[in-house]
Amino acid sequence: MQKEVFITETNCITPIGFDVATNIQNIVGSVSGIQWHQNTDLMKMPFYASIINDEALNSAFAKISTAEKYTRLEKMMILALQPIVEKSKLDERTGFILSTTKGNITALENPSSDNFQQAHLGHLAKNVADFFGFATEPIVVSNACVSGILAVSIAKRLIQGEMFDNVFIIAGDEVSEFVLSGFNSFQAMSDSPCRPYSKNRNGVTLGEATAAVLVSSDKENAKIKVIGDGSINDANHISGPSRTGEGLFRSIESALAEAKINANQIDYISAHGTATPFNDEMEAIAFNRLGLENVPVNSLKGFYGHTLGASGLLETVIGIESVLESKLFVSLGFDEMGVSQPINIIEKNENKNMNYFLKTASGFGGCNTAVLFEKGR
Amino acid sequence: MVENKTYIQSFCTIQNNEIILEGASIFKLEPTLFSDFSKKAYQNFEMNYPKFFKMDSLSKLAFLGAELLLKNENSESKENNTALLFANNSSSLDTDVKYQNSISDPENYFPSPAVFVYTLPNICLGEISIRHQLKSENSFFIFETFNPVFMANYAKILLNSNKAEKVLCGWVEYYDEEYKAFLYLVAKEGNLEHKIETLLTEYNK
Repeated sequence: MQKEVFITETNCITPIGFDVATNIQNIVGSVSGIQWHQNTDLMKMPFYASIINDEALNSAFAKISTAEKYTRLEKMMILALQPIVEKSKLDERTGFILSTTKGNITALENPSSDNFQQAHLGHLAKNVADFFGFATEPIVVSNACVSGILAVSIAKRLIQGEMFDNVFIIAGDEVSEFVLSGFNSFQAMSDSPCRPYSKNRNGVTLGEATAAVLVSSDKENAKIKVIGDGSINDANHISGPSRTGEGLFRSIESALAEAKINANQIDYISAHGTATPFNDEMEAIAFNRLGLENVPVNSLKGFYGHTLGASGLLETVIGIESVLESKLFVSLGFDEMGVSQPINIIEKNENKNMNYFLKTASGFGGCNTAVLFEKGR
Repeated sequence: MVENKTYIQSFCTIQNNEIILEGASIFKLEPTLFSDFSKKAYQNFEMNYPKFFKMDSLSKLAFLGAELLLKNENSESKENNTALLFANNSSSLDTDVKYQNSISDPENYFPSPAVFVYTLPNICLGEISIRHQLKSENSFFIFETFNPVFMANYAKILLNSNKAEKVLCGWVEYYDEEYKAFLYLVAKEGNLEHKIETLLTEYNK
């Protein structure tokens, strides 16, 4: 019998709120963080992105620390963790996972040996860990766009494997010239706010955010239980998803087998939905292969853009609120069905009682992750 | 969780222009660039996989190690559920710096998708998965130095929870011509017990 594992605390720092409650309020009101930006330091052409306001970030950070040595991303990460870490004692049974794709990549813009050190993900993790005084070595997960949700799966496994009793996870990524130019070079950027699963979708809108959770073997204060997971590679292509959704299909199958539930018991899917033509189509195929075509599904990218290594955890934090508040949130940006297989996109906010919630993500390198959650009774 | 014993079935090290398999040197060159070393190693072992030449150095390094340990594992008839558990210190910084240089100078702005895709450390897992058709668990971690405690624990968790039948573990560090790969295959059967001390000894050789 595997140990039971729960998520007991959540928080997030995003362009539409510096705590979970404010984020939910804005989602309920269909307020998106995506805006039109003209910032030639980031990109020559104007672009849509979901970016955190610097002044708001700095003034929030000033309330918890006067230190000036932290980068923008480090401030975002510390702010997300601070309210949930301050309630806990940090000992050698408490793990710390940091999930990111590019970390402080902006440090490379001005070459120097200090900046080069700062660009190391281990350096970022140490800076954040030392702020709080974690007693164990940070575990950094960098597995492209599944990193955030993969971290939940890893935390659960490490607790079940008796390495830790509690694991704090911080997931975060920042909008940078590096990432904007890269997605642009793939011609994967949308010229309007992204429209996941829609007929006229034409790519991602990038975003930035941090999200934090506490994963614990302690049932007290449990928000939700982590009951199964899988992270299976497509073994197909490094920069595009499998046409058959093989890796995602198998990841969900693996999570279902572990949780010992059937696909038809799933009440809600918080999917990846980046709004690229291939990704959304692949997800629709994988969901259909599992008989999940009638399960309400949304992508939160219409609110946050694609926040890379943060997205999986941020969307889990919001998904948990959906389950706890019995509310399905609109898949913002959706207009007309644009995938070849039927899926049940949430077109307006509605009430629904939910027991089982599935979070999925997919990314470059052919990676996929699925994690299943069960509401506490 | 039931603690079943696990075993190291095979291991190899790539560093200083040399490949060492199970403690024996099987390929060695006089000091040369990694691009030259990796190409000659590829030719020497007749890998016959042209995609190799499109890879960045980190992926080439990981690919070479995986090739040596997985070549006898592949079977036409049966799927191979070997998980990939990799880590390093520098993530994909070698390619990150090259990519940053391609966008830093407005006069010479040339971001390439073929370079950008390698600015993620887990791409090397994708390359290995494609080559060996591993539709299996995969994850990439960053640590200051090789972390045998974490690697051993996580590999055992994957095996004992039946998420994988075998786990190919790897420390694959590459930055600007400095490199070291230490790969080993862990399974539920074998002769050499999968212990932290053994991993440290072999890593440090």
